[in-house]
Amino acid sequence: MSYGIEHTAHKDYTGAKIGMWLFLFTEFFLFFGPVLLYTIYRFRYHAAFTASSHELDLAIGSINTAILLTSSLTMAVSISALQRDRTKLSLWMLAATFVLGVVFLINKYFEWTEKFSHGMYPGGEALAGGPPGQGVFYGLYFFLTGLHGLHVLAGITAIGVLAFMVLKKKVSAADHVRLENAGLYWHLVDVVWIYLFPIFYLVR
Amino acid sequence: MYENGEKHYIARYTTLVMVWVSLIGLTWLTVKISGIGFGTFSIIAPFLIASIKAFLVVDYFMHLKYERPFFKWILLVVLGTVIILAWLVYEDVAYRPL
Repeated sequence: MSYGIEHTAHKDYTGAKIGMWLFLFTEFFLFFGPVLLYTIYRFRYHAAFTASSHELDLAIGSINTAILLTSSLTMAVSISALQRDRTKLSLWMLAATFVLGVVFLINKYFEWTEKFSHGMYPGGEALAGGPPGQGVFYGLYFFLTGLHGLHVLAGITAIGVLAFMVLKKKVSAADHVRLENAGLYWHLVDVVWIYLFPIFYLVR
Repeated sequence: MYENGEKHYIARYTTLVMVWVSLIGLTWLTVKISGIGFGTFSIIAPFLIASIKAFLVVDYFMHLKYERPFFKWILLVVLGTVIILAWLVYEDVAYRPL
């Protein structure tokens, strides 16, 4: 006589979401630290920070903001579509989000290399010779936008993996919390940029 | 399926698109007023607009508006911690030379 134990998949929707939100809060503090540093040095080197901010390309910054905001829309639509069992629309929206994330990084690449070509990078000759505040501004600029860029990279990787899972029906209308959590991460990346944009480009 | 057959909020497409239109509109506004230079307000205004945008993203795209109160409470704890940390750091910086 044998007894079999039947395992039913245990899914805790609320638990999964609470876990994700807690993780996002730790991410928030990761960015908050350097931003706090920025506000302090902004007071100390007011003139140099204002001058450095004028050297950044406001047009590229604005376009990248619009790109990331749009990618947040496509992500949110993708989740809504999957919940309504419209898998095809959901996948197209994920593809759009992925592409927009890549375009954001390409723009960032051009923005960075343009600065590099003028010797403006941490430890570069142009910054070493400039006023002290300028070096601090660009140090924070490269650190924060670099850290944010890494998060965009992680986000598009997650979106790629999730698209594959949706395609394979591992994530579906009946079990969609992983897509929702990937979406939460992507929106956090967007929220961080919403603040980095005025910090570096707008407060002049 | 999830336990206890909980109902999950499904955002309407039109709501999401309207939020996106507001976000783009606010971005346009903040870029427009960035060069004007009207003193302290030109520092406060971009962060005020950024906070409205962040609120829209968190409330509608991240569905916080439709979550149970617990999620809102932890956000409040985080924001409270942020204020305390910032206050302590500024207090420290203000009373000794950098």
